[in-house]
Amino acid sequence: MPGEGYLTGEFFMSGDEACAEGAICAGCRLFAGYPITPSTEIAERLSGRMPEVGGTYIQMEDELASMAAVLGASWGGLRAMTATSGPGFSLMMENIGLGAMIETPCVIINIQRGGPSTGLPTSTGQGDMMQARWGSHGCYSIIALSPYSPQELFDLTIRAFNISEKYRVPVFVMSEADTGHMYEKVVIPPVDEIEITPRRKPSVPPEEYLPFKPDDDLVPPMANAGEGYRFHATGLTHDERGYPVSSEEVQDKLVRRLVDKIDKNRDDIIDFKEDGVDGAEVVVCSYGISARVSLVAVERARAKGIKVGMLRLITVWPFPEDRIRQISRQIGAFVIPEINYGQIALEVERCAGAGARTILVPHMGGGVHNPDTILQAIERAAR
Amino acid sequence: MNTAGAEPEKHPLDDYLRVDRLPHIWCPGCGLGLVLNAFLRGLHKSGLDADKVVIVSGIGCTGRAAGYLKLDSFHTTHGRAIPFATGLKLANPKLKVVVFSGDGDLVAIGGNHFIHAARRNIDVTVLMVNNFIYGMTGGQLAPTTPLAARTTTSPQGNIEESFNIPYLAASSGAVYVARWTVAHINRMEKAVIEAMHKKGFSVIEAISSCPTYYGRMNRLGSGLELIKYFRDNSVIKQGINPLHAGVGIDGQIVVGKFVDIERPYMPALQEEGDRK
Repeated sequence: MPGEGYLTGEFFMSGDEACAEGAICAGCRLFAGYPITPSTEIAERLSGRMPEVGGTYIQMEDELASMAAVLGASWGGLRAMTATSGPGFSLMMENIGLGAMIETPCVIINIQRGGPSTGLPTSTGQGDMMQARWGSHGCYSIIALSPYSPQELFDLTIRAFNISEKYRVPVFVMSEADTGHMYEKVVIPPVDEIEITPRRKPSVPPEEYLPFKPDDDLVPPMANAGEGYRFHATGLTHDERGYPVSSEEVQDKLVRRLVDKIDKNRDDIIDFKEDGVDGAEVVVCSYGISARVSLVAVERARAKGIKVGMLRLITVWPFPEDRIRQISRQIGAFVIPEINYGQIALEVERCAGAGARTILVPHMGGGVHNPDTILQAIERAAR
Repeated sequence: MNTAGAEPEKHPLDDYLRVDRLPHIWCPGCGLGLVLNAFLRGLHKSGLDADKVVIVSGIGCTGRAAGYLKLDSFHTTHGRAIPFATGLKLANPKLKVVVFSGDGDLVAIGGNHFIHAARRNIDVTVLMVNNFIYGMTGGQLAPTTPLAARTTTSPQGNIEESFNIPYLAASSGAVYVARWTVAHINRMEKAVIEAMHKKGFSVIEAISSCPTYYGRMNRLGSGLELIKYFRDNSVIKQGINPLHAGVGIDGQIVVGKFVDIERPYMPALQEEGDRK
């Protein structure tokens, strides 16, 4: 029966729970994870929900195993995901690199907490933003999304699965403890109204199939294990046949494509929300829970007559550098509140160049900004 | 012999090999070709649909096996072949998933996954090639290196006790555990067939020759001399408690099938219903 096992309607639920339901609606049918605060509710909910929709929940022995199992499950033909936080995210990095290298669709949820190390297990942080981009060794690209409400944790988890299949790349949903643990109204549409991007399958017979030969958009069609294609996938530098080749030429071709397939499709991937940017003197650029707090500061600044706009990043990686460049030519300064000591602010600074000043409003973690701290930065920027 | 007008002679196992990738990278005298041969003969006789057989390797000399097999095959990260295989099997229980990797990969860096896979009795076959040393990186100490054996990182002799792999597998919950050496290729082939038909976590330890490092550093001779050593010093003890199957630098090597039991396995529940 269509819709069986799915929730539809309005619910009062936490961000973590909304994320789990988003995964179910996106067609995720395997979750492999390891409990870690503040992401544990995702695992708990999916341990009950997966069997109800014919899926599999498995608690692995650690995060290294969780990430490896997610990759295996994806090649086994399922949409698969894991959820974690700081220390677990660090442990997943090597297999995230394998996922990027053998172009494996999968979703990783990071409900960020304060770091470094064990840090602040039960309270919020945004210190893993650069790690999401660069955490595994070597050159590659990934996609990272940043929701600012439980509803967006639901919506962006679905989008994460879709773009992960479309570009054959690990996709991160970078949330935080405060959004994951926030209870709010979440609207779940009927499942048949949810758009699903299917896996791009080979259109040639097995003897002609080259598993890493891309289509025009630089993404190769993907055979699953057991479908008779008898392909080889390796974390070694490989050619279009999937065979390991130790040469500068093959390395050049492969690494360029892994990065370019995201970069050249950036217009399709990048998503942000603007409010009052045109005509503004100052633009607050933020993401996740910090963007939510920033909205209060922007409102207070406007009440004081300051021309301030808001740019909320929904896709953080790839970074919306073209738009930041454009805005930088029209304004005096960017204000960047984030719960770290300056990560995305560095990207804004890089893109703004000499066009606009960048004012970081850091928070070391354990809570969110006081909106007045952001307001003061806006006032300073407007002077 | 290829003669004008005639097709090149084809080996019966060529259908399972990426012959365009040969010759392989393994050293002369290395036992890995023998283990690969035993595996392919076992696969050929097993009656399994090769399109549904998936090979997962980790990193190391043995890890390269996946790349020579004309099957769906994955050469993954160091130590993580077993959890990758677990994900594959849970996603599609119709697959026959075989982990083909080395001792360092599976019981050093991947040791935690090995014991947990045995505990949960995931329906995966592990063919673990044990050459007592890290070959790919140039002959360093492994957790299987026997006491007193010399390696490039134990130049005065190993001072650590080594793992007894059948005992580790059995005590962690594996339902099929056997050990053979590269001097026992027919028995290894039979073990491959049995293990691949076994429901649950099955483990074959294949003791293999590394003349380049282990043999040379311990003055054990060429690859052929190592194989002769395995033949002359192996004692078949079927069904014994693998606690008594430790391997030293010299003395006897106990081989045989030590465990063949039934136990609930994963993913049995999912197999009952049609999941897709």
